[in-house]
Amino acid sequence: MTRPPGEPRRVAYLFLLPAFAVYAAFLLYPIGRAVQLSLYDWDGLTLGTWAGLDNYAAIIADGELRDAFGHALVLMFFYAALPLAIGLMLAAILNHAKVRGLGFFRTVVFLPQVVAMVVVAVAWRQVYSSDGSLNALLEAVGLGGLARGWLGDYTFALPAVGVVGTWFETGLVTVLMLAGMSKIPLELYEAARLDGAGAVREFFAVTLPSVRGEIAVALTLTVIAALRTFDLVYITTGGGPGNSTSVPSYEVYHRAFELGQVGSAAAIGVTLTLVIFVISFAINRFADRSVS
Amino acid sequence: MISRAERLGNYAILSVFAVFALFPILTILQAAAGGGVEGFAQAWETGHFHTYLRTSLGVSAFVVVVSVTLSIMSGYAFGTMRFRGQNILFYLFLLGIMMPSEAIAVPLYFDLRTLGLTDTFWSVALPQVALSVAFGTFWMRAYFRSSSRAIVEAARIDGASVWRTLWQVLVPPARPAIVTLILLVFMWTWNEFLIPLIMVTSEGLRTAPLGLAFFQGQYTSDFALLAAGSVIVATPVVIFYLFLQRHFIRGLLQGAVRE
Repeated sequence: MTRPPGEPRRVAYLFLLPAFAVYAAFLLYPIGRAVQLSLYDWDGLTLGTWAGLDNYAAIIADGELRDAFGHALVLMFFYAALPLAIGLMLAAILNHAKVRGLGFFRTVVFLPQVVAMVVVAVAWRQVYSSDGSLNALLEAVGLGGLARGWLGDYTFALPAVGVVGTWFETGLVTVLMLAGMSKIPLELYEAARLDGAGAVREFFAVTLPSVRGEIAVALTLTVIAALRTFDLVYITTGGGPGNSTSVPSYEVYHRAFELGQVGSAAAIGVTLTLVIFVISFAINRFADRSVS
Repeated sequence: MISRAERLGNYAILSVFAVFALFPILTILQAAAGGGVEGFAQAWETGHFHTYLRTSLGVSAFVVVVSVTLSIMSGYAFGTMRFRGQNILFYLFLLGIMMPSEAIAVPLYFDLRTLGLTDTFWSVALPQVALSVAFGTFWMRAYFRSSSRAIVEAARIDGASVWRTLWQVLVPPARPAIVTLILLVFMWTWNEFLIPLIMVTSEGLRTAPLGLAFFQGQYTSDFALLAAGSVIVATPVVIFYLFLQRHFIRGLLQGAVRE
């Protein structure tokens, strides 16, 4: 870290104090308390009993919790991998061809980012419902046999939730990739052309390496979003059918406030926090190393 | 040069994705329009959206004003001054940017309950101030570090106090960065769901997204009404987005780019 400008100043502490006080009371202290609570069996009402690391062991041993983390992995495909593939393609097209209406397209694909997730969930519930627009579309193209209540289906509920994530994240990733690609100097493309590279080789030889930093940022944001999915699951499926769409964040809420297993909920929350830190650290490490 | 066929193909792909992005939103708009003005009036009165919006407005205004002011001050300290423990303190703030609110919401609920503070305005607003201050400190520090050091030095030679240097010399040219921060904090607070869900039990304190979630539980069959409620919840942020989208896009993209 480079040295910030300015001389040593004690008055800095006074400027930091108000922000730090709120931050410590409502974020640092609670995370400490979460670690403490995670070591107890507590129903939220009576006296808790010491449980040691049992709540953490349960994350591996308990099939339902293992499933919840497994579902988060599936969501990562839909929230991170798929939007990255689509976003790279769309951005490459937009950057390559001077299409008209670029501004409009960017406004439209980015729009899902600013709409409240509760509203998004209400909209997609309607799309997926048995008399909803997805089934209407399938019948219109002669695939009416596939129609079903998507969110109530054991096989399709999780992918259906995942597609909402794809819908939600693709715009963000596309705009991020566009920003990265617009910084690539034209000479690089001209050089590739002179070497006789086609569009595909040009993409892998010039475009992809140049946006490595943006890819790391996109993956960090979308992987974290996948791990933190809560509002969407709460509104659309409530973790069901069965527990086929339960995810860690939903389990935190479900256990703490519906099942009265506060210790277990805290342990899941702490684990989730650690997983998020490790993943974003790893992605950024990987990006740094491949740049140098 | 690009061939005509390639150009048409490109437009086709882009159109498909534009339609995909707009489709669910249009579903809502169409249903809400189908319910007509009566649908909105019913959502507003029967659905109690007027009280939900009032709460959301109060919470958002409080979180924006307090967290942006505190962030400007802490970002100023980190960005222009040198002091012992600077790096450790800054990394502590960075933790909060990635911290999932799920992890802190559980202990916060039980501790605030002990203090008798759950189901109050403060239990909804203050945790969100803490979450926003983490990002805001990071954001304003980056801005102040890049702003000219010469200005700070000149102000000091002119005899301006540290306090005046911040508010009268540094803040006015920082307006674009501050506007971006205000918009982001407003959007996050307005759209937040988990914290009000956990903290609030009385109907008078429900925020707009929380109200919509409960409304949805009651009126599952009447989609026109539900759609009207959804439009009411989403509109304030979407309007800001349509007029100031540069700020939203820049903020959401740059905010993630760490040094």
